[in-house]
Amino acid sequence: MASNKKYWKSVEQLNEDSAIVKALQDNEFVNEIPTDDFLGNKEALESSSTTRRDFLKYMGFSTAAATLAACEGPVVKSIPYVVQPNEIVPGVANYYASTMADGFDFANILVKTREGRPIKVERNDLAVNAGGSANARVHASILSLYDKNRMSGPMVDGAVVSWPEFDTAVAQQMNEMAGKDVVLLTQTFASPSTSKLIAEFTAKYPNVRHVVYDTVSYSAALDAFQTKYGTRALPDYDFSKADVIVSVGADFLGDWQGGSYSKGYAQGRIPKNGKISRHVQFEANLTLSGGKADKRVLATPSQQMQIVKALTGGSASGLPANLADAVNKAKAQLQKAGSKALLVTGLPDVESQTAALNFNANSEAMDSNKPLLIRQSSNSEVMNVVNGVVSGSIKGMITVGVDPVYSFPNSKEFTEGYKKLDMTLAFAMKQDATASLAKLVAATPHYLESWGDMQLKKGTYSLAQPTIRPMFNTRQFQDCLLKWTGNSKNYYDYIKESWTASILQGSSWNKTLEAGILISDVEVNMEEGMPAKGITLMEDSTSNGAVSSPSLEGDFELTLYTSTGLGDGQQANNPWLQEFPDPITRASWDNYLTISAADAEALELENFHVSNGALNGSYVNVKLGTVVIENVPVIVQPGQAKGSVGLALGYGKTAAIQEEMQTGVNAYPLYQNFSEIQKVNLEKASGMHEFACVQLQNTMAGRSDDIIKDTTLEIFNTKNISHWNAVPVVDYDHAPIEVRDKKADIWTPFDDTIGHHFNLSIDLNACTGCGACVIACHAENNVPVVGKEEVRKFRDMHWLRIDRYYSAGETFQEEIDTLENLPAFDFYDVVEEPAYLNPQVAFQPVMCQHCNHAPCETVCPVAATSHGRQGQNQMAYNRCVGTRYCANNCPYKVRRFNWFLYNENDEFDYNMNNDLGRMVLNPDVVVRSRGVMEKCSMCIQITQKTILDAKRDGRPVKDGEFHTACSRACQTEALVFGDVNDKESEILKMKDNDRMYHLLENVGTRPNVFYQMIVRNTSEA
Amino acid sequence: MIFMRIPLINKKQYIQQMKKVNFTHLRSKLPLLLLVFLLTFSTSIHSQDAPVADTAVASDSAGGDVAAGESLFKANCAACHKMDKKAVGPALRGVGEKYDRDWLYKWINNSQALIASGDALAVKLFEENNKAVMTAFPALSETDIDNILAYTDQPKAEPVAAAGVETTTTAASNDGGSVSNTLVIGALLLIFLLLVIMLFLVTNTLKKIAEANGVVYEEKEKRTPIWKAFIQNQFLVLVFSIFLLLSGAYFGYGYFMQVGVDQGYAPVQPIHYSHRIHAGENQIDCNFCHSSARKSKHSGIPSLNVCMNCHKNIAEVAPETATEEYSKEFYDGEIAKLYKAVGWDAENQEYTGKTEPVKWIRIHNLPDFAYFNHSQHVTVAGIACQTCHGEIQEMEIVEQFAPLTMGWCINCHRETNVNLATNDYYAKIHEELSKKYGIEKLTIAEMGGLECGKCHY
Repeated sequence: MASNKKYWKSVEQLNEDSAIVKALQDNEFVNEIPTDDFLGNKEALESSSTTRRDFLKYMGFSTAAATLAACEGPVVKSIPYVVQPNEIVPGVANYYASTMADGFDFANILVKTREGRPIKVERNDLAVNAGGSANARVHASILSLYDKNRMSGPMVDGAVVSWPEFDTAVAQQMNEMAGKDVVLLTQTFASPSTSKLIAEFTAKYPNVRHVVYDTVSYSAALDAFQTKYGTRALPDYDFSKADVIVSVGADFLGDWQGGSYSKGYAQGRIPKNGKISRHVQFEANLTLSGGKADKRVLATPSQQMQIVKALTGGSASGLPANLADAVNKAKAQLQKAGSKALLVTGLPDVESQTAALNFNANSEAMDSNKPLLIRQSSNSEVMNVVNGVVSGSIKGMITVGVDPVYSFPNSKEFTEGYKKLDMTLAFAMKQDATASLAKLVAATPHYLESWGDMQLKKGTYSLAQPTIRPMFNTRQFQDCLLKWTGNSKNYYDYIKESWTASILQGSSWNKTLEAGILISDVEVNMEEGMPAKGITLMEDSTSNGAVSSPSLEGDFELTLYTSTGLGDGQQANNPWLQEFPDPITRASWDNYLTISAADAEALELENFHVSNGALNGSYVNVKLGTVVIENVPVIVQPGQAKGSVGLALGYGKTAAIQEEMQTGVNAYPLYQNFSEIQKVNLEKASGMHEFACVQLQNTMAGRSDDIIKDTTLEIFNTKNISHWNAVPVVDYDHAPIEVRDKKADIWTPFDDTIGHHFNLSIDLNACTGCGACVIACHAENNVPVVGKEEVRKFRDMHWLRIDRYYSAGETFQEEIDTLENLPAFDFYDVVEEPAYLNPQVAFQPVMCQHCNHAPCETVCPVAATSHGRQGQNQMAYNRCVGTRYCANNCPYKVRRFNWFLYNENDEFDYNMNNDLGRMVLNPDVVVRSRGVMEKCSMCIQITQKTILDAKRDGRPVKDGEFHTACSRACQTEALVFGDVNDKESEILKMKDNDRMYHLLENVGTRPNVFYQMIVRNTSEA
Repeated sequence: MIFMRIPLINKKQYIQQMKKVNFTHLRSKLPLLLLVFLLTFSTSIHSQDAPVADTAVASDSAGGDVAAGESLFKANCAACHKMDKKAVGPALRGVGEKYDRDWLYKWINNSQALIASGDALAVKLFEENNKAVMTAFPALSETDIDNILAYTDQPKAEPVAAAGVETTTTAASNDGGSVSNTLVIGALLLIFLLLVIMLFLVTNTLKKIAEANGVVYEEKEKRTPIWKAFIQNQFLVLVFSIFLLLSGAYFGYGYFMQVGVDQGYAPVQPIHYSHRIHAGENQIDCNFCHSSARKSKHSGIPSLNVCMNCHKNIAEVAPETATEEYSKEFYDGEIAKLYKAVGWDAENQEYTGKTEPVKWIRIHNLPDFAYFNHSQHVTVAGIACQTCHGEIQEMEIVEQFAPLTMGWCINCHRETNVNLATNDYYAKIHEELSKKYGIEKLTIAEMGGLECGKCHY
């Protein structure tokens, strides 16, 4: 079997003698449960005045008292509306199309509301290829709406005032500032109306100049595009049109350029007519894109620059031999693919970006006509602002949607200068680092409470509409500008007017609002406040940037990145995102320095698992010139290029953020010149960091076969299916039979061919590990957040986890054989690359597999978990007594136990512990209590609703109507849900697909979830 | 005229009293009954001649047919006008005397035309009433209008003096009846007690006499007391204790099983809303107010604006609505509570904007872990509301009719056939399932309606 590979989740598992791994394979806990500890010592117990009899008496009494007290039912009140809004029917969800644009994440979305309160964000299916993506953070943004740390009203000098008072104060300030330099520092709005409005504002106050600041800068790529095509924008790509994809340091499946490419990429990765695209990735940090690559080549950032040069015409000389070889092969493949080749790079370097642009000029996959407008900032301009504030030439500053005090690299000097400014006005949702220093703070609403319009991509216009009335005394930035420019209109009328005048071109406003998106050829100028921007400035940025020639000396090349969970850090106070395990490291509630094993060894840094299986790691101090970040925890990352380290931005916030969520270290001080590539020195610090890392958790009882199946395209195309996707066999009458055979079944068969029978298909080729499904599941199913300490004890409650597996050679035996047969000198090269230096990566979403023959059902003593006719394994929480037998008997380890009460409990002070945060709960799903088991229900509340809708209309359910939260959230359509009893259905085709296999099929559980195996395109030619 | 309606009421009351009488001791009430008969007789004589005279007077004074006018008024005017109170339009009593008859014809036939013609009075009236446009009634002939005006010009029936006197007298006699009742019983008890004492005294005296006369009683044989006999009989004790234990278990189980079952729960609501009046007497469809029952999991408590659809014009109940237990004043007070909650100023016919949402007390409390969907049952299955909620149209105060236990749900799911014929959703499933079971009808249970996950998630 081609898939007879060794897969591992953690470096620890490579250690054959690891006691912990062994113990975790066999037991739920590594240690014995320390019953003696809490029973105390014998003598103390004996000397106690409370005898056993007394104890029983008290127990009996309190039980009886509690029983009697429970006999009286509480009085429940029902309060109807006085005037019920027409569109609201209690118990029926309404959906509104809107758009998220927080300056980092841009997405066209649907907002699900119940009784007027938004409870879930979903992607808008009408927005195809419209820029932006509904990733995990977009899905989680619904919870940020109910953040209890939000500001309740505008503030002047630290005192909450009313809006008229605030307006007066601002007007007075603005008049005082006349003639002085005031900077309006904003996020990228990508909004036609806001641009117009800012132009009107700067016209009224000519001393105000508008500077766009993207917290994570794409200045180099923007400069390169602007030079070549004249528009300050980012080129859009359609990865489905590329046959050969070479990425040099661009995590295009992650957050690169707003991260809207995974869908197109996934389309090209599904074998069609025996073909899939070829993906080569050169990178230092292990990213999602690297994990999905057919060939991943380790290269430090400085090497990456050479690689881009070499790929775009230069020579590969000067690179190490293995790199040069890989580059030459990639180059040959690119050339062969012609217009179907695509080269992308994430290097913050204009030269490399220009080279890539020129290379792609003929590529079908690049779209330069309709570029993305979601990033605008120019490093040189922002640097000018920083310098102006520090030097005192800038007298006033208005910040909107950005937090420069937190995120500017030279924050210390900047903060000193900021405090001395004559005017400081911050628009902020929370008292963030900047707002807490500003004299005037305008409380802004969440985007789900605001109106807005966007042009994420040229020619694609979106609308944002409020889905709830502002919960606090807030006013959005645009409404403030309207007020301050003496305009009596509100922002809604303003947008509507400007749209009617230009964009709509006769289309219906209401229809557009309903769809949330409009494709139009109308050109709208959005470059209001930056008239002087052009070639000159751009040259500034290259000379000023120190980007391509790091002047600082350092032993390690640091690549700063944005984590899948927190992004640029705007939603750091969101417990769903904090608890979301990073798809690569599987660590949550932290950021950390990723380092290669060899470097870790050299610096005597270590990662080890303590006796309960939790991960600990050393600390280092990261030095960059005079900037020192102390005590950064270290994770030894397989696949990290030697000589390079990685660190996530967006962590280490302390202002307006709950204590539990003040996690990690702030890496922005290292983001010098807004370049994610830096040279740093490392120095070991004392102490050990405790990670909340779940990578060793839920190992499937040591069974390693049949979890991930993968093959190469060559084998897939040439060999028989039994070779690459064989069904496991068992012995029957001394002859092998397939486990799918009826005779292999020890269970009484039951008829599941009538009515609906739900199946879920998960395509491992398409899954990029982005985690949108995990967060969508959180929102849909009221999954609780348990906090770092509990996650460290492997008690996370995610119903859906994304397992990440590493693998090296075909088998370990094979690896050893290869080594032994190698010629004398080659031997050392290979040996120097331990198996985990550059592993292959596989992502595998695992939720309850809804086995038709479920092991959990048979062991439940109270029949709390049972099988439904529609294929769902049902869990009746009210029946569960918490024996946890089911969790122990589950081969997939998908059941989650409520060790504590996670709602209305001060020990778990997350969203379920305050009235505001509880507003996000889905009223159709029970909030579970302490002591019961829970797990994926296959979103039975959604399937039931779909069925009921059809019944009410008196029609059969159409294919494609059934969905789950995860299948709805999946951007790459890796998750497909449907009814296999519908002979025309998509899911049935997926089930009959050659790549289909079941997880741990040899166990004979017959799951209703199945996977499509991985096919990699390994052809080098 | 004044006496027209009151005697009728009295008669009704007397009849009710008679009914009441039947339940108590007839004999003690005999004198009362006689009195009642007398009174009834006298008042009915009264009532017989009074109306005739009244109507004659009324039709004379107005020059129109009051009865015809009343029916016309109810059909055409009552939606916006009341006799004595401002509604959408002004109060109409005495309107015929207030304005010129010809002007009134014009106004009623087409008020807007009159206003447009610049008639000063019409414009003034229009302005006074917030420029509310009155529907034109070109179809009403002058005779019709005369009839209506005859009706509206009747003087207000004052339920005064005579009525007051008579009710008080009857009330007094009623009270007297109940007082004498207890008195009679008390007297009887006293007599009975005296008799007992006398009996005791007589036996005592007789005994003494007998003793004095030397009569010797036969000595009774001493027997073991019955409780001792019982204890000595081990078999009986055993049977008895088994019986005790069993019945204890039976009743104990019964007690514990009803914990949390609130069948019959009828809390006092902040507004006394009578389903009897709305759904019963007025036959308003349940879905009119509980409209979301058809499309949502909740049946929905109607918001107050739904109440105001009708109650904007219904500020008081008809006198016939009042029952013995709840008077008209009581019901009118409840409507006033609604007005207060919704912020309706009935005097000026406008919303004040000051609202106080009504905090109803929820009667049917399903636990959170049980999912119930009204639309599934109401729209898809077509189950009548009464199946689970009882004869709601007869309930003055709503109470929980069904136990709402899981056993109750399950039982219905076991016994009820799914309505397969008219719903295309079931077509395929029906065909396959009936093939499998070989039957035409399928219960909900056979369709998978007993699975835990169908209600618990």
